[in-house]
Amino acid sequence: MLQFVLRRLALMVPVLIGLSLLLFAWVRALPGDPARALLGQRATARSVENVTRLYGFDRPLHEQYFSYVGALLRGDFGSSTQTGQPVVDLFQNGFPATAELAVCALAFAVALGIPLGYFAARRHGTALDNLTVGASLLGVVVPVFFLAYLLKLVFAIGVGPLDFLGVFPTSGRQNPRIDATHITDFYLLDGILTQEWDAAWDALLHLVLPAVALGTIPLAIIVRITRAAVLDVTGEDYVRTAEAKGLLRSTISRRHVLRNALLPVVTTVGLQAGLLLSGAVLTETVFAINGLGATLFDAITLLDYPVLQGFILAIALMYALINLTVDVLYGVIDPRVRVS
Amino acid sequence: MTLIAPGAGSAAGDPLEGPTATVDEHGTSLWRGALQRLRRDPFAITGALIVVVFVLVALFAPLLAPYAPAGAQWGNQVTPSDVPGPSADHLLGLDAFGSDLYTQLLFGARQSLIIGVVSTGLGLAVGALIGLLAGGIGGWVDVVLMRVVDVLLSIPSLLLAVSVAAVLGRTSISVMIAIAAAQVPIFARLLRGSLLAQRNADYVLAASSLGLRRRTVVLSHMLPNSLGPVIVQATLVLATATIEVAALSYLGLGEPNPTVAEWGRMLVKSQNRLETDPQLALLPGLLIALTALGFTLLGEALREALDPKFRR
Repeated sequence: MLQFVLRRLALMVPVLIGLSLLLFAWVRALPGDPARALLGQRATARSVENVTRLYGFDRPLHEQYFSYVGALLRGDFGSSTQTGQPVVDLFQNGFPATAELAVCALAFAVALGIPLGYFAARRHGTALDNLTVGASLLGVVVPVFFLAYLLKLVFAIGVGPLDFLGVFPTSGRQNPRIDATHITDFYLLDGILTQEWDAAWDALLHLVLPAVALGTIPLAIIVRITRAAVLDVTGEDYVRTAEAKGLLRSTISRRHVLRNALLPVVTTVGLQAGLLLSGAVLTETVFAINGLGATLFDAITLLDYPVLQGFILAIALMYALINLTVDVLYGVIDPRVRVS
Repeated sequence: MTLIAPGAGSAAGDPLEGPTATVDEHGTSLWRGALQRLRRDPFAITGALIVVVFVLVALFAPLLAPYAPAGAQWGNQVTPSDVPGPSADHLLGLDAFGSDLYTQLLFGARQSLIIGVVSTGLGLAVGALIGLLAGGIGGWVDVVLMRVVDVLLSIPSLLLAVSVAAVLGRTSISVMIAIAAAQVPIFARLLRGSLLAQRNADYVLAASSLGLRRRTVVLSHMLPNSLGPVIVQATLVLATATIEVAALSYLGLGEPNPTVAEWGRMLVKSQNRLETDPQLALLPGLLIALTALGFTLLGEALREALDPKFRR
C-alpha cells in the first residue's frame, strides 16, 4: 500500500513540473510587458523596473524559470497586484470558508445522491426512476451562479406571496452579532468544538443555500453514476447466485449490490473536487462568502495575475492530492486493487 | 438490450425491429443500428426536437425578429428601478438596456449557436489531432503528448478557460477559443483511449498483415471505429459551451459591449433586477438551460445507442 502511495506521489512530479512551466509561460504570454501584467495598470515606471529586476524579466528565460521555481519551493507565490498581500496569505485566509462550503456541498450531494440513484435503479423503469433521471439532467444544465441567485431570491430574500419561504440568511458565514470563538476558522466546526450551539446553528443556516447551489451539479452526477452502477451490478451473476441461495433482499443489497456499485461512485466523488472549486468561484460571490472562490473571482475580474497564477497551482496540487486519497480509499474498499 | 458486436447485424436480437427484420448479408452498421435505437428513444426525440427548434431560430432570427438586435433603441424608457413590460409593440417588453427583449432572445440563440459550434469544432479539431497523433503513432510521441494533456487536465476547466481568455483579451472570439481550449485535453484523451482499445482488434491485425501502411490502418480503419465516443462528447460539449459562456460572462470575460444579444450576458446583466423584473434574467436563464438540456439529451441518447451495454 505504501509503495502504491509513493508511486502515485512520484507520478505527480512531472505534472507539477509541467504545470509550473505552463504557468511560467502563461505570464509571459499575457498581453504587454510581463512586469506590467504582474503589477497591474496603475504601476509606475519605477516599480515596473523594480519588478523587472526582481523577477529578472531581463535575464535569459531558463534563469527566470529556475528563480520562479526556486521562489515557489521557498513558499513565495508572489503578491497581489491589487492589495500587495502575499498570495499564500490570501489562500490561507480563503481556505477555511471554501473547504467548509465544499465539504457541506459534497455531503449534501453524497447523502442525497447515493440513495436516490440506488432507489431509482432498484425501481428501474418506474415513475420514480424517470423522475430522478429527468431531475438529474436538469441539475447539470442550469448555470451554477443563476441557481445560486434563484435560491437566494426564493429562500433568503423571499418573493411576493412566497416570502414566507425566505428563512435563510442572505449572505456571509455567520451573524456578526453572535459572539463566537474561532479556533479553526471552520465556523460550524468551531461552534461544535466550543459547544456554542447558537453559533454552530447560525453557521449551519448560512451554509445551507450556498451548499445546495454548489452541490447540485455533483448531486446530479452522483445520482446518475450510482444508478448506472447499481443497474450494472444487479445484472451480475453473483447477485443472481445470492438471490438463488435465498439470501434476504436487504443482505443482497447491502453486501453484494451496494458495495460493488460504490466503486465507480467513489471515483466520481473525488473527481467532483475540482468542479466544486470552480463552482465556488461562481457561488461564493452571490452569498458574499470570503473564500477562495470570491478571491479568485476578484482576481479574474481585476486581472490580478500573480493571484491567478498561485491559485491555479495550489488548486491543481489540492486536486491531485484529493484524487490520490480517492485512489487509496479505492484500495480500502476493493481488495482487488490492493493486491494487484 | 441486445449485446451484438458492431456490424454483426443487430436485427437478430430484436424481433420487433421492423425494417431490419429482413436480414441483409452486409448486416446493420453500428451507426444505422444506433439511428434505429434513437428513433425509439423518447429522450432522444425530445432532445432532437429542442435542438432542431434552436437551430432554426438561430438561423432565421433576422426573419423572426421584429426589430434590429442590440440596438438599445428605447434606452430612454428604462430606469434603474423599472423596465417596461410586455406591450403591443414589444411582445416581452424591453431588456435592461432598452432593446426589444423578444428580439434579443431570438438573436441570442444565434450567438449561442455560433459560440457552441465554433468552440466545439475548434476543441474537437485540436484535441482529436493530439489524440490521433498520440494513439496512432504511440511511443515517445504518446508519452509527451499525454503528459501535456495530464497537465491541462490538472487545472479545473473553468480556470483553464479563464487563463486562456486572459491572454487573448476581452472579445467574443477569445471566449470561443477559451472554451475550446478547456475541451482540448478531454477530446485528446478520449480519442487516444478509443484508438488504443482498437489496437489489437482482429480487423486491425488483418489490415496490418495484409501489408497496409500504418498510416492507412490508423486513418482508414482505426479512426472511423474510434469516433463514437468523440462524437458523443462533442454533442455534450455543445451543451456545456452554452453554460460556460454564461459563466465567463459572469466573470466579466467575453464581448465587452453590454447590449449584445447573448443569453449568458443578458442573464448576468439583469441579475440585479431579479426582484423587480424577473423575466429579464429568467427567460435567458431558461433558454440556456433548455438548449443545454436538448444537446445533453441527444448526446446521452447517442452514447447509449452506440453502446448496447450502456443502460439508462
